[in-house]
Amino acid sequence: MKNSVILGTLAVAGLAAAGASAATLDDVKARGTLNCGVTTGVPGFAEPDANGVWQGFDVAVCRAVAAAVLGDAEAVTFVPTTGKTRFTALASGEIDVLARNTTWTFSRDTDLKFDFVGVNYYDGQGFMVPTALGVASAKELDGATVCIQTGTTTELNLADYFRVNGMSYEPVPIETGAEAVQQFLAGACDVYTTDASALAAQRAGFANPDDYVVLPEIVSKEPLGPLVRHGDSEWADIVRWTLNALISAEELGVTKENVEQMASAPGDNPEINRMLGTEGELGAMIGLSSSWAKDAIAAVGNYGEVFDENIGESTPIGLQRGLNAQYKDGGLIYSPPFR
Amino acid sequence: MSDTHAQSVAFVRDTEIPPSPPPARETGAIKWVRENLFSGPMNSILTILGLLIAFWLLSGLIPWVVNGTWTGNDIRECREILQGSGGGCFAVVAERWPQLLFGFQYPDYLRWRPSLAFVLLFLAVPPMLFIMFLPRWTLALSAVYPFLAYWLIWGGTILTPIFIALAVLFGYFTFAKIEKRGFVTGLLAGIVVAAAIIWVGGLVAGEFSRFGRLEAVESRAMGGFMLNLILGIVCVSLSIPFGILLALGRQSRLPIVKGFCVVFIEFVRGVPLITLLFVANVVLAYFLPPNANFDLILRVIIMITMFSSAYIAEVIRGGLAALPKGQYEAGDSLGLDYAQSMRLIILPQAMKISIPGIVNVAVGLFKDTTLVSVISMFDLVGMIRGPILSSTDWAGVYWELWAAACILFFTVCYGISQYSQWLERQLRTDHH
Repeated sequence: MKNSVILGTLAVAGLAAAGASAATLDDVKARGTLNCGVTTGVPGFAEPDANGVWQGFDVAVCRAVAAAVLGDAEAVTFVPTTGKTRFTALASGEIDVLARNTTWTFSRDTDLKFDFVGVNYYDGQGFMVPTALGVASAKELDGATVCIQTGTTTELNLADYFRVNGMSYEPVPIETGAEAVQQFLAGACDVYTTDASALAAQRAGFANPDDYVVLPEIVSKEPLGPLVRHGDSEWADIVRWTLNALISAEELGVTKENVEQMASAPGDNPEINRMLGTEGELGAMIGLSSSWAKDAIAAVGNYGEVFDENIGESTPIGLQRGLNAQYKDGGLIYSPPFR
Repeated sequence: MSDTHAQSVAFVRDTEIPPSPPPARETGAIKWVRENLFSGPMNSILTILGLLIAFWLLSGLIPWVVNGTWTGNDIRECREILQGSGGGCFAVVAERWPQLLFGFQYPDYLRWRPSLAFVLLFLAVPPMLFIMFLPRWTLALSAVYPFLAYWLIWGGTILTPIFIALAVLFGYFTFAKIEKRGFVTGLLAGIVVAAAIIWVGGLVAGEFSRFGRLEAVESRAMGGFMLNLILGIVCVSLSIPFGILLALGRQSRLPIVKGFCVVFIEFVRGVPLITLLFVANVVLAYFLPPNANFDLILRVIIMITMFSSAYIAEVIRGGLAALPKGQYEAGDSLGLDYAQSMRLIILPQAMKISIPGIVNVAVGLFKDTTLVSVISMFDLVGMIRGPILSSTDWAGVYWELWAAACILFFTVCYGISQYSQWLERQLRTDHH
């Protein structure tokens, strides 16, 4: 009898959750703010500054969606999540969208019942070693001690890579990234491995960054992107096309500076006109105003501007575009057409 | 008689020799050093080792503090200023100090409110602790404080805390009136009255939400050391009464009451606090309807209070068990009923015995509040581990921040411990 009571409670709770998640757009509009899940802090990707204002590459996605939906890039309630709480926060409806360095994998997309709406950063696992070690390639790391974060995909990728190349290694398991860096700098391990973007960000904080080198090999695919719950495809469309608008804006030369002027009157390029709402009814098709893409771009800038401002080569993190260049420049960043 | 030997003795001393000072190695600092530090080969070796360790520690620590810099906008500027002199980059503490204290989301122009609440704490706490030296009316300050502090920290209309206070007050009066007709009847009536007042209060506060209004701050915005203090103070003060009830319940002769208390205490003590916090944060979110706004801090307070009241119950049970059976029988022979004999005879003695244990739990609990950083709340440790250590400006600074956290926690915990020792001396009635 007790079992049936518990099951009944679960069923009611499940039904309630399903019922309310159907119209996320209406919920967000009624609430007046977007609940956006971010990290508790990754340099360049999401971090509150000294005044408590969230900044970063992932944060820009949240702000762009808020600008597109509500017309106000500040109307975001940032919900910091850890690696342990992020998926339950999204599944339970506490957040509307999760933009948190999350790798798009098969099981997360299907079994956990989320929809990845795109990729905003193509990452991959890399290795960092002290220059003094004189290693130029990851293939020379046979027998090395390796600092890794436990319970991550990096741990599994590392095992795969060393097995495939017939090498042995000794793992030094560590809980957090900051702790791993301390251990690495103290000489507890020869190699530190994690996503290449995090390696670059953490190397920027070293006292002597030149004493350490990131090896050229990238041993895994880590496509990072924003995700939403299953069950509300209209909302997934909104987030997906807001991201695509930022990407297309860079391709088409629309920037934070010139977007107002370009959106004031129809120009020569019909795709820009359709995207910025001076031609056609694309906004109405996803339930937003015709100026949705203009608002998003005016708030944060196009994809390239967001990249350069937060993690690009002019910042202390100094990431190159690499895979994250536009497809025309040899990268993988590619948006379907606005038509 | 005196000159019998006058011619046979050349000199007779007729005054006492003034006492000469003891040899240098038998006096003052030298004697102390010889006796205490170098009294044998083993002690000498240990002394020299100890001095070497102290020198080694200080030779690192003193340059780190003295050469440290308090200016600079990020770690790179810090390193430029320090030029490898081995000093600490205390600029991070200077720049992020408000964030360490209040978290990064509490509006900066409202920080005076929690600060004022903190200062008022020093007015509100003494009446409860030092009532033997103060007039009794000062207890009213302690009673008003929780509601005032809530209003100051969270803001909103003042009607909300006023109605909660009224509900507590009238609930208690109803209970006291009706208790004679039976404990359970009284308790039920009290709860009904309190619930009715809170319901009316909710309507009135909704209607007149402009009345006595301070700008509202969401629970999500609480952070920093303020969050540790809020959780620590609220949970310790709540868990002492609950702990007393549980301890008494565990000794009860009523099987249901006893069974409930035993199961509760044993279950909560058998579960790590961190799992309770995960339940509060993650699992409850699945059971509540999606838009139910059941405050996260409230959930955490309930869980920590449950946890610490189980521990405090066991500490108090130890105090109850230490009382000789004669004390219970004395209460019965005076014709006191259960409540009276507990209130007047048993608990005052049992609580006195339990003070060191309760303080131990309180200090431990205060430090355990840092566990909330794991469920993405930004207490002091959460602030350091999350936003500050992983900001582009300060990634790479460790020791300075953790040192600041240690100093903050040590100050509070040492204060609590000193107070409890003083209290034990004050309450010593056995005239030894």
